[in-house]
Amino acid sequence: MGALARFWGSDLFWSFRTTPTAIISAIVALVCIVGAVAAPVLAPYNPFDLASLNLMDAFNPPALLEEGSWAHPFGTDDQGRDVLSAIMYGARVSLLVGVSATAFALLLGVLVGLTAGYAGGAADAVLMRIADIQLTFPSILVALLVDGVARAALPRELHDQIAVYVVIVAIGISEWPKFARTVRGSALVERNKEYVLAARVIGVSPPRIMLTHVLPNVLGPLLVLATLNLGLAILSEATLSFLGVGVPPTQPSLGTLIRIGNDFLFSGEWWIAIFPGLALVAMVLSVNLLGDWLRDALNPRLR
Amino acid sequence: MTSPLLEVRDLVVEFPTRRGTLRALDKVSFDIAPGEVLGVVGESGAGKSMTGAAIIGLLEPPGRVAGGSILLRGERIDNLPPREMRRIRGKRIGAIFQDPLTTLNPLYTVGRQLTETMQTHLDIDAAEARRRAVGWLEAVGIPAAAERVDAYPHQFSGGMRQRVVIALALCAEPEMVVADEPTTALDVSIQAQVIALLKRLTREKGTSVMLITHDMGVIAETADRVAVMYAGRVAEIGPVRSVVKAASHPYSAGLMASIPPLSHRVEHLPQIDGAMPRLTAIPQGCAYNPRCPHVFDRCKVERPELLPANETRAACWLFDSHAPRERAHV
Amino acid sequence: MSETVPIFEARELSRHFDVSRPALQRLLAREGRRTLRAVDGVSFAIPPGTTMSLVGESGCGKSTVARLAVGLYEPSAGQALFEGQDLGEARKSVAQRRRMQMIFQDPYASLNPRWRVADIIGEPIRAFGIANGGAALREKVGALLQQVGLSAADGSRFPHEFSGGQRQRISIARALSSNPEFLVCDEPTSALDVSVQAQILNLMKDLQRKLGLTYLFISHNLAVVRQVSDRVGVMYLGRIVESAPAETLFTTPRHPYTRALMEAIPDLDMAGKERQPVGGEVPSPINPPSGCTFNPRCPLANGRCRAERPALLAARGTPETLVACHAVEEGRDGFEGQRAAA
Repeated sequence: MGALARFWGSDLFWSFRTTPTAIISAIVALVCIVGAVAAPVLAPYNPFDLASLNLMDAFNPPALLEEGSWAHPFGTDDQGRDVLSAIMYGARVSLLVGVSATAFALLLGVLVGLTAGYAGGAADAVLMRIADIQLTFPSILVALLVDGVARAALPRELHDQIAVYVVIVAIGISEWPKFARTVRGSALVERNKEYVLAARVIGVSPPRIMLTHVLPNVLGPLLVLATLNLGLAILSEATLSFLGVGVPPTQPSLGTLIRIGNDFLFSGEWWIAIFPGLALVAMVLSVNLLGDWLRDALNPRLR
Repeated sequence: MTSPLLEVRDLVVEFPTRRGTLRALDKVSFDIAPGEVLGVVGESGAGKSMTGAAIIGLLEPPGRVAGGSILLRGERIDNLPPREMRRIRGKRIGAIFQDPLTTLNPLYTVGRQLTETMQTHLDIDAAEARRRAVGWLEAVGIPAAAERVDAYPHQFSGGMRQRVVIALALCAEPEMVVADEPTTALDVSIQAQVIALLKRLTREKGTSVMLITHDMGVIAETADRVAVMYAGRVAEIGPVRSVVKAASHPYSAGLMASIPPLSHRVEHLPQIDGAMPRLTAIPQGCAYNPRCPHVFDRCKVERPELLPANETRAACWLFDSHAPRERAHV
Repeated sequence: MSETVPIFEARELSRHFDVSRPALQRLLAREGRRTLRAVDGVSFAIPPGTTMSLVGESGCGKSTVARLAVGLYEPSAGQALFEGQDLGEARKSVAQRRRMQMIFQDPYASLNPRWRVADIIGEPIRAFGIANGGAALREKVGALLQQVGLSAADGSRFPHEFSGGQRQRISIARALSSNPEFLVCDEPTSALDVSVQAQILNLMKDLQRKLGLTYLFISHNLAVVRQVSDRVGVMYLGRIVESAPAETLFTTPRHPYTRALMEAIPDLDMAGKERQPVGGEVPSPINPPSGCTFNPRCPLANGRCRAERPALLAARGTPETLVACHAVEEGRDGFEGQRAAA
């Protein structure tokens, strides 16, 4: 029996098939992800190709309005850029930052959580107090702080070049304590299970026990947390970019687009802000709903 | 013969799952007479706890009664609306579970829980309820009952808590008590105290008891009759001595033989090979047939009903008098 | 005595746990540190090829002794010896560590749910480098599965596909995979149904005969202990109160606690019989009674029992029995009178 066939017959997949919310969320998320990842292929225009931009095209309304045309379904912005294409390219940046930041937070959290949970004692106390202290700061504040430090410490050109990575690290650092706590909690439970004792009796080293025994058994809750956190990370990036401290304007993300559109929101050209906003909502909401479903599906008490 | 207090007739409990409906109880029938202690034994998953839960109307969803009937003094109680069932539970049927903490509310004193139960079901005033609550705590052997009546459950030890649960189950003077593994969580010496207590109180009050346990020793000491369950069915039912000493059904016989004796050492314990089938894979015919040393063709096709067998009734074709076979002695 | 060296020996073995509340709370409540003496000066020796059992109620420290015996805990005082060598030292050597293994109580928690059975059983083989190469490993795992009554093909399945009894067989196969000589079995059958319990007990006895294993067997079930043991130690609140060859212990129990325990067990032969169960409950091991810890529940207790802790001494009348009881030592237990009458 192949892995695919096993997945097909699994309880998890069955739960997916019977939960309409999960199916709809998955479809929306899939559309967002494909549109973002394949933007260079699928997008009708390249919004960053300055040669193709024509200011005569600026402020075209979306196709749904009388003056609009299907040449620009969501209209164009102040530079004459196609809003749909800008959204697809922007979602690409948002997704890249969200996924990378979550992966970074996950790695850091797993490392700290496993160490704290398995080692216990002083190491546990110190690591968890650090996490506690960080949790008392709003994560956006932590991200602003990291970004601010990077801005001050790095030369300007260099900062612009690596701005995306700075944002990833900033968001990742603000999110790791949640992962660390979850992993630590599960590790504390697992390390007293008899299968871990059996490994200790034969003298398997603690790091090896953590990686081969404990980690596979905390993957479930971790996966749920990562999914829910992906939505949050995308939002954090949008917030930072909206405030102008996120990704550089040369690589606008959804947050940047909303900020640009915000200037025209009350002068009649609402579509420049609203469509990127809707795209952001669709992306975050679908990912969050998927995360909620996954949490319920993996929780044996609710099934 | 007196009419039975409780009659369970062809009770079927089903669990709908994604892979089809599982039949957890399959035509379970037995009676309990007034004042009688019926022991229900079997291995985990045999359906003994589920039978108890069905009787007190506390089947865990999605489980549901899908057939048969449960009668208390001749009245059906398996199809009552939840409100009426709640009145019967507590007033007419008490319940004792393995873990006392699932029965006791941690936020109320034990006295309050006792008085509330009594005032709900009996026509007495608060002062009388409190007097009786102290009396019940004394009856179940709680030292300094007059002071302990205002203590919270966590202030009692495990054994003492189970005593409180017994008081709670009996205080509304029910006609019968369903006790599901009441001593399993307790240490041996405490176990003996609690069993002795339950036995004495129910005998004094003439309360019937359905005692569900996997511990044959407890059954042997306490029960009048025993029902042996296997794979959601009653395999054998009869007087306790007959089932323990001379079981008719090959499964009960194997089960009794596999209990290690305290009185002597045996080099090789008699064992039943294999394991009880899962609900998803109950064999056709007699559910025990793949493990049975006396199996013959009919067992694999046709399910046996409870048939008179020596001093008991056993669901086994060996005892079908209409189609006599070589009467293998088991 | 020119006897063989015991495989395992405990000498005044103790294990204490600090169960104090956090420092700040302790300060506010003005209370000192609190120590739980889970195991408090336990001594016994297990000759090779035999089974020593420890029985007692929950909290008596028997499982802690099991964990001390395989080095999962460090002793707080006293010594654990493996073939005469300090256990801690012995466990530093791979060759010695291979020789001891453990079987656990809960067949649902003792197998990693994410691992295939072949990997579970193969873990000690790989850790100790017993079989070289994938083919040799598979062969060894297959042979082990057959030895415990499963089939070699079961190796590719996951633990949740097996029943409790089958899982316990897998657990035993894992323990046997490093070719051990000393097996610590912590309540190996108490989570199982009786018919399955008989299967596992028979399997363990067969394996002992075939492989010459030495068992330290922990159980709360006296009937089970009677079936498997050569020698039995009865524990109460962290101490051994009586230790005797199995036959002697069950035919002539001496310590009042042992006698109470046996009296408390409902027996199949006792249908309908009334018994007088021992009163009281096990006191907290954090604050045990002075003198003999059993004195508040003991019918024979006197002033000396409340003041002086009894030593484990050869009993009058049954010299093979070691018993920690002033009443037995002084002949107050009526044992000689009963024997004369008999």
